[in-house]
Amino acid sequence: MAAQSTQISKPTSIPASKYVTLRISKFNPKKESSPKFIDFKVPYQKWTTVLDAILHVKQNLDHSIGVRYSCRQASCGSCGMKINGRPALACFTKIIELNSDVITVEPMNNFPIIRDLVVGFERMFSTHKKIKPYIIREDSEITPGTKEFLQTPEEVEKYIQFSNCIKCGLCNSVCPTMATDSSFVGPQALAQAYRYIADTRDKGKKDRLKIIDDSHGIWRCHFAGSCSQVCPKGVDPAMGIQLLRGYLLGFRS
Amino acid sequence: MTRVEENKEGIKGMANPTRYGIERVAYLLMRLTGLGLLVYFVAHIAETSSILQGKVAWDEMLALTQTTGGHIILALVIGMCVFHTVNGIRVMLGHGGIGVGTPGRLDYPYKPPSQNARHKIAIYSSIVLAAIAMMYGLAVMFGE
Ligand code: SF4
Ligand code: FES
Repeated sequence: MAAQSTQISKPTSIPASKYVTLRISKFNPKKESSPKFIDFKVPYQKWTTVLDAILHVKQNLDHSIGVRYSCRQASCGSCGMKINGRPALACFTKIIELNSDVITVEPMNNFPIIRDLVVGFERMFSTHKKIKPYIIREDSEITPGTKEFLQTPEEVEKYIQFSNCIKCGLCNSVCPTMATDSSFVGPQALAQAYRYIADTRDKGKKDRLKIIDDSHGIWRCHFAGSCSQVCPKGVDPAMGIQLLRGYLLGFRS
Repeated sequence: MTRVEENKEGIKGMANPTRYGIERVAYLLMRLTGLGLLVYFVAHIAETSSILQGKVAWDEMLALTQTTGGHIILALVIGMCVFHTVNGIRVMLGHGGIGVGTPGRLDYPYKPPSQNARHKIAIYSSIVLAAIAMMYGLAVMFGE
């Protein structure tokens, strides 16, 4: 048998970089009274993301920049920030998409700033936990003798979109109610309440509806829809919230 | 935790209609017209209760509504009323989960079904209807 040969083609040359000004908000609330912006000139290619540009600054120009990231592929929800005024995932936003010579990055609103671009998620995680984000029922698939809880594809379609949530917090950061109400449960948690209530395996509807039927609960949503416009995973929290309210208003059972 | 520590945008951010589409304009107009109608409601009670002070007081109050300023305020009330009603029907149906789309598997680039054309058309229609009603009201009041 003839030996197989693998041909590795010569790498094509990388096009010369262009430069963009990256304006980073620097702020340590423990030491400073207000944020300041620092400009950096950063090279970019057509594949460079805003996160790549920030990491370039961190590696070569200013090691002190505070930024949080992990997966670099829009899966972990760590790198949400305001990019040219609009919240987005830094790892999922390419420099060329922004069509701008100056790119300003700031921490997201409605979250406490830990340092520079890093915000605290404690409150969002605790409201998420509050709505019981898990299947509630007496029996369990792991109890001996219990069969699998089967679902039809149509039943899965009812909630699958909402299970894409990566807890990045972009929705909470643009919500007009969250801009003024510190106790509002927020679009992230409300959409997750719908995700579990719409799941035919779940029996916790009554519990969850009771939790969100609160003075700072679902009734504070006025359907501005900004949450859905910035969600990077197509969750459409505004839809989930309105469908959820349909249960409380008696439009659905 | 204070509002500053939470990095909240506050009322300024809540009331900024320049971002996140026409839905955010509708959100602001709905709040403003709601407040405006509440003020009108209180003023209207004060206006009509002037009858308790006799015919002269009532006539004086009526004369106030016949001035240019009075006509402009009434035209604004008509506009607020029409916008708040038409957009209110859209929002109420939406709140019941009607017209917000159906959950499913979305493909990238995701287009949120709740932010659909029906809602946008309804918002533009409420603004146009409010403008037409205001113009009609002005024509009637100033055409007397
Ligand atoms: S609903 Fe969307 S924007 Fe909100 S936390 Fe989940 S993935 Fe992020
Ligand atoms: S780094 Fe994980 S979502 Fe951006």
